[in-house]
Amino acid sequence: MKGFLETSVFFGVWISLAAYLIGWGIQRKWKLAIFNPLLIAIVLVIVILLLTGTGYDVYYEGAKYISYLMTPATICLAVPLYEQLELLKKNYKALLLGILAGVLTSLCSILLLTVVFGLEHGAYVTLLPKSITTAIGISISEELGGYISITVAVIIITGLLGNMFGEAACRLFRITEPIAKGVAMGTSAHVMGTSKAMEMGEVEGAMSSLSIVVSGILTVVGAAVFAMFL
Amino acid sequence: MKYVKQIGIIMTLSFAGEVLHEIVPLPVPANIYGIVLLFLCLECKVIKVSAVREVSKILIELMPLMFIPAAVGLIDTWGLIQNAWMAYLVTTVVSTFVVLFVAGHVTQFVIRRTRAKAQADELDTREVLEQEAKEA
Repeated sequence: MKGFLETSVFFGVWISLAAYLIGWGIQRKWKLAIFNPLLIAIVLVIVILLLTGTGYDVYYEGAKYISYLMTPATICLAVPLYEQLELLKKNYKALLLGILAGVLTSLCSILLLTVVFGLEHGAYVTLLPKSITTAIGISISEELGGYISITVAVIIITGLLGNMFGEAACRLFRITEPIAKGVAMGTSAHVMGTSKAMEMGEVEGAMSSLSIVVSGILTVVGAAVFAMFL
Repeated sequence: MKYVKQIGIIMTLSFAGEVLHEIVPLPVPANIYGIVLLFLCLECKVIKVSAVREVSKILIELMPLMFIPAAVGLIDTWGLIQNAWMAYLVTTVVSTFVVLFVAGHVTQFVIRRTRAKAQADELDTREVLEQEAKEA
């Protein structure tokens, strides 16, 4: 069986899809943030891999075909964004200020927390790009001398947090304007937050998509400057 | 042929993004170039929304699935974080929610202030008009 899994082309994709559908079913039954389909899928796949003694590389050999679609899918976010063009033009000032404030807060809070925890420079620059899309995050971390695989991990945990608790956090923090919700989700939790924002509404989704692009670009510059502070 | 064309457009932009990433010496990945390119093409009416609508809908709906493989990779990263995992986790959690709070509230504040100002202006104009009407 183990030998078969290693050569199977569809195992990785199938197990991911099945786990996600199970997660989705569980969430529909118990509407709690902790029963996030994505989280359930990740935990299920990890448990199954550990139980069957299947290595991550074996799983990834098949699952990489899902990841392959990430770039085309991200590009498609331009469509909902374009459909909200009027809103974008009308509120450009609020959008830009909100995203800029978010990026600066991200960099400042990471600087502060790494000082509090006494982490070294390597860990600091590893964390700096945590709120932006993985592809930009990796190149920033690499450029500044961070630990790339840890950067990927913190980016994913950030996204998962936004995907799971972003909607509840908006409610708790009394962020009620759909545009502001979108900016909050996209700036704090990149594509994973955006995919949740898409479910919250068209405006939220579009503004969140915009936030990924703008915060990503601002962080490229911001992280390079902040890297000099510690 | 409708879907073939739609996929064709999206893959063309993906590849164009890759090409730009290769030739432009900036740490901007292919997907960011791609999203900007598609947005500009839509804005300049080079591509109609109807020419990419269905396939982009499918891909966006599939998106959450695409995070699973990378996230499962956390099992291989665990060994590296083990020693300082608390520091990494607390920093990640705190910073994520602080960013969400600040980004959301700054945006909301500016929107509401702009709206209040617009309403005040409207009110002023109305008052002036009423005043003029009275005087006349």
